[in-house]
Amino acid sequence: MFKRLKHTNILERMNNHDVKGFSDMRKFVILCILFVVMLLAAAFAMVLGAYNISFVDVYATIIANLSPLHDVSNFNKLHNTIIWDIRLPRVLLAIIVGAALATSGAVFQGCFRNPLVEPYILGVSSGAAFGAALGIVYPHIFFSIQISAFIFASIAVIAAYILARTRGQTPIITLILGGIIIGSIFSALVSILKYTANDSSLREIVFWLMGGFYYATWDDVAIIVPIVTLSFLVLWMYGWKLNILSMGDEEAQALGINPEKSKMILIALATLITAVAVSTVGIIAWVGLMMPHATRMILGPDHRFVIPSAAMLGGVYLIICDTMARTLTTSEIPVGIITSILGAPYLFYLLRSKGSSLIG
Amino acid sequence: MLQVEDIHFNYGKNQILKNISFDVEEGLLCGLFGPNGCGKTTLFKCCMKFLKFHKGSVVMDGIDIKKHRIEDMAKVVAYVPQEHKPPFPYLVKEVVLMGRTPHLGGFFGVKRADKKKALDALELLDISHLGEQPYNQLSGGQRQMVLIARAIAQETKLIFLDEPTSALDFSNQMRIWTLLRKVAEQGITILACSHDPNHVTWFCDKVVVMNNNGIIGQGAPNHVITETILDEIYQNMCTVRSLGKVKMILPRDVAVKKRLETKTDARAPNECIMTGE
Repeated sequence: MFKRLKHTNILERMNNHDVKGFSDMRKFVILCILFVVMLLAAAFAMVLGAYNISFVDVYATIIANLSPLHDVSNFNKLHNTIIWDIRLPRVLLAIIVGAALATSGAVFQGCFRNPLVEPYILGVSSGAAFGAALGIVYPHIFFSIQISAFIFASIAVIAAYILARTRGQTPIITLILGGIIIGSIFSALVSILKYTANDSSLREIVFWLMGGFYYATWDDVAIIVPIVTLSFLVLWMYGWKLNILSMGDEEAQALGINPEKSKMILIALATLITAVAVSTVGIIAWVGLMMPHATRMILGPDHRFVIPSAAMLGGVYLIICDTMARTLTTSEIPVGIITSILGAPYLFYLLRSKGSSLIG
Repeated sequence: MLQVEDIHFNYGKNQILKNISFDVEEGLLCGLFGPNGCGKTTLFKCCMKFLKFHKGSVVMDGIDIKKHRIEDMAKVVAYVPQEHKPPFPYLVKEVVLMGRTPHLGGFFGVKRADKKKALDALELLDISHLGEQPYNQLSGGQRQMVLIARAIAQETKLIFLDEPTSALDFSNQMRIWTLLRKVAEQGITILACSHDPNHVTWFCDKVVVMNNNGIIGQGAPNHVITETILDEIYQNMCTVRSLGKVKMILPRDVAVKKRLETKTDARAPNECIMTGE
């Protein structure tokens, strides 16, 4: 439905001779280009891997799996497993997690009126880490690492929000402080678990904290895709309101936007997709901070465009990082390490070269 | 158009507004005049519903603002805040377009007509050349002009301006006041606070004077802005003179010094006209 809406919008503009000097045409074209880039990156990532399979084989297998007959008997069984059960869900998961983190990064930065905010600011990551660690150390009590991580991620953010709420308002500063407080408490709790855990659990906790797509399955994809897609669409609808919220609460109110209500919806949805992503793949740093910045450089700060293009860039970035993670060395590198190593210098470069126009 | 009745407001125990009542008729340019810290901005914020006042009522366009939803308020009244700086480099035209928000519908919202109105507002203020520049890199005065353009694009019956000319140079101050007059003549009611008694006397149809004790005078500026009132709020600082038929408020020290100089050189032409009536 949304695609169609965008489409009619473009057509309407073409017919109407857009208002001079005020055209969004260029931005729509860039969105389309980004979408194509994302598809190409995904297509390319499917072919690369530790086990060498030719381009033709990869796509023949995918097409056979997609066809209604689902007849894969005449393909190499090993190939089929690698491509359909390992690589494809992994690439899809990378796209959707990247999109989720980048979208929520853009939303948080807009809501908090601060371009240096990232999706983990309210303690999602520490909460999730604690939940996951509990699941790893006490597997018989917390039967699913993923659910336990999600529950504690939500608890962390709700706690931060309650801490910050005073007299019917949630000032941004106290919200951030609340996030820091809750985050540090959960980090301390994770440390306790690490300290008491036996060697194999400790190793697993450490790996989880660095984030990775090693265990990507179709089940993960099936859970995370609908949640992220729906939330993304709602957040995108809020794009213009987010522009106005980023001017400040009073101004938003003067322009007819209820700041408390909108902020709560935005923060809740952004937190939801972050929590879902983090509890599935662990803590992946930098994507949520960096992608919105990169997007603003290309398209400007209008959140109606920042949100979709940050999402797509996030997808592309995680596809690239994850492909590197599984092909650079014989054993896998946690993807969180790669996103940080690639991301930090990039952000440094951005701030040095375009800092003034980004932060003002 | 705007009736404010018996507003009381305090931050904790610190009472800021006490027994504030005034009204502004439709199409008037009304000045709100008072010393620093007397609660002008607080009064604005109460009228905009940013702050919840404890007692009293504000009626806009015949409706009590307590009954207005935030979305409806924005169609009745526009607000030009004092200086502020958003964190993101929105272009000037985008900032002005934000003024159209209360009239937007749907997902992507912004229509051709809205963009047109935003550009028209820029043109009205004569700042079309700023359209493509990032708003947060402008000077304070330019930002003020942009915010005024945004309020005009909002197309409301009532506009509040919190010190609209505080960061502007002399020519732009005059431009803004002339423009506000023009806007008021189109039937839009304007309430603007200002620190310059001259601006208020020269350009406003009506003035409301307040100090820390509440409102101490309201009505036509020529009757209200007198030495007695100015003495009350500024402690014997000002002298009111007439230049032809135009009222001038001068600092008393300067007025006294000038008079002494005139006595020594009685034929100085300007000073002869400047004697009090």
